[in-house]
Amino acid sequence: MTLHAIAPASTAEPAQATPMVRFNDVHKSFGIVEVLKGISFAVGRGEVVCLIGRSGSGKSTALRCINGLERITTGSIDVCGHAVTPDGKADLHAVRKRVGIVFQSYNLFPHLTVEQNITLAPRRVKKTAPTEARALAADVLAKVGLSDKIASYPEQLSGGQQQRVAIARALAMQPEVMLFDEVTSALDPELTGEVLKVMEDLARGGMTMVLVTHEMAFASRVADKIIFMHKGRVHETGPRDLLSRPETPELRQFVGTGL
Amino acid sequence: MTLSLANIVYLLQGTLWTVALALLGFAGGGALGLAVALMRVSRFAVLRLAAGTWIQVVQGIPLPVLIFLSYFGLGVTGFDVPALIAVALSIAINSSAFLGDTWRGCIQAVAKTQWEAADSLALNGLQRMVDVVLPQALRLAIPSTIGFSVQIIKNTSYAVVIGFIELTQSGKIINNALYEPFLIFSIVGLIYFMLCSPLSNASRRLEARLRARGA
Repeated sequence: MTLHAIAPASTAEPAQATPMVRFNDVHKSFGIVEVLKGISFAVGRGEVVCLIGRSGSGKSTALRCINGLERITTGSIDVCGHAVTPDGKADLHAVRKRVGIVFQSYNLFPHLTVEQNITLAPRRVKKTAPTEARALAADVLAKVGLSDKIASYPEQLSGGQQQRVAIARALAMQPEVMLFDEVTSALDPELTGEVLKVMEDLARGGMTMVLVTHEMAFASRVADKIIFMHKGRVHETGPRDLLSRPETPELRQFVGTGL
Repeated sequence: MTLSLANIVYLLQGTLWTVALALLGFAGGGALGLAVALMRVSRFAVLRLAAGTWIQVVQGIPLPVLIFLSYFGLGVTGFDVPALIAVALSIAINSSAFLGDTWRGCIQAVAKTQWEAADSLALNGLQRMVDVVLPQALRLAIPSTIGFSVQIIKNTSYAVVIGFIELTQSGKIINNALYEPFLIFSIVGLIYFMLCSPLSNASRRLEARLRARGA
């Protein structure tokens, strides 16, 4: 794989004083297996941060800890002014209202149309009026280029289209941070591009984003910061050209394998 | 003596009571069963335990014993329970354990990723259940639920143990007068078959359709 840092892609401000997401020495164990061994990093407003690393390095787990899908064992995570803590008493509801997530397997609701998928959370959680929610759905669908699919069911869409709907569904909650968990890994190469394009547009629009990704070219083009995770730790961190000049042998080897 | 038109009308009246019992039993059993299923997947251990105990105990009690308990047992405590209510209540209790356990399985069969997607969108537990999980569980539950309704129809025949005049009891009464057991109980069996077979067929068709859709 050739890596090249192209001209700055993000028009976002540099990291602000108060980060949107900050990991403070976070540990996470599943039973006796420690998956996160004390990780700390910060994501500033408008920053695009890519987590990379081998399978099992803990990057997806780290991402899922941000909105409480996994409960951390020790440490804490500050998310949009709320603290996610090990005791589970954190106001996850408040965090989840501000943080959108997109999954590898889309996870659209199969019994609902595209429009209903998008309007469900705004209507139920924010009590948005039905007409307003429909306008919102039209708006976010236009952003992902799927205005004509508003009445379709998920099973009628391609994987790439489903993933773009999933992004639209998350955007409809007007999140302050968007999380992406290997969102193109289940897609054919020709469908990957359309999803990455939507994500790049979002990044340019100033959205704060944390991505777990295997798309190294994308990371090298769009990321403000790349975090290489290895064996449950943050092993190496750098700007978007990190991959073209890795310092640790582990990252060099990881880049060398093309994965 | 031969079977008269009046005998047939009598059997059909019994059939109506059988249908009434089945409907009452299904409605009561469905409502109770939903409560049992929801308790079974609750995040509160005490509710899960209570529902689990209910399922185990009720599934271990034969339906006629439940009928005796509700008819004579409640009678002793001073409640004058009409036979219809006693049998319907017993069927409801019996069905709640079976439907509750089946539906629990259907709820848990909805992919974990769907629960996570609902959580991630900040839906609360009730919204997650009503808007996301139950509609999908319902589709999974339809074939087995219709299948079990056949069981309920046949279970109504246990009402004979307290002499409630539904289809089986009507047949017994006519046979006492005519002594044509083979003929009369064949007719009774045929009527049960006509009540049940459309449901069995519907259940099979729906199951095939769900399989085809890969649900």
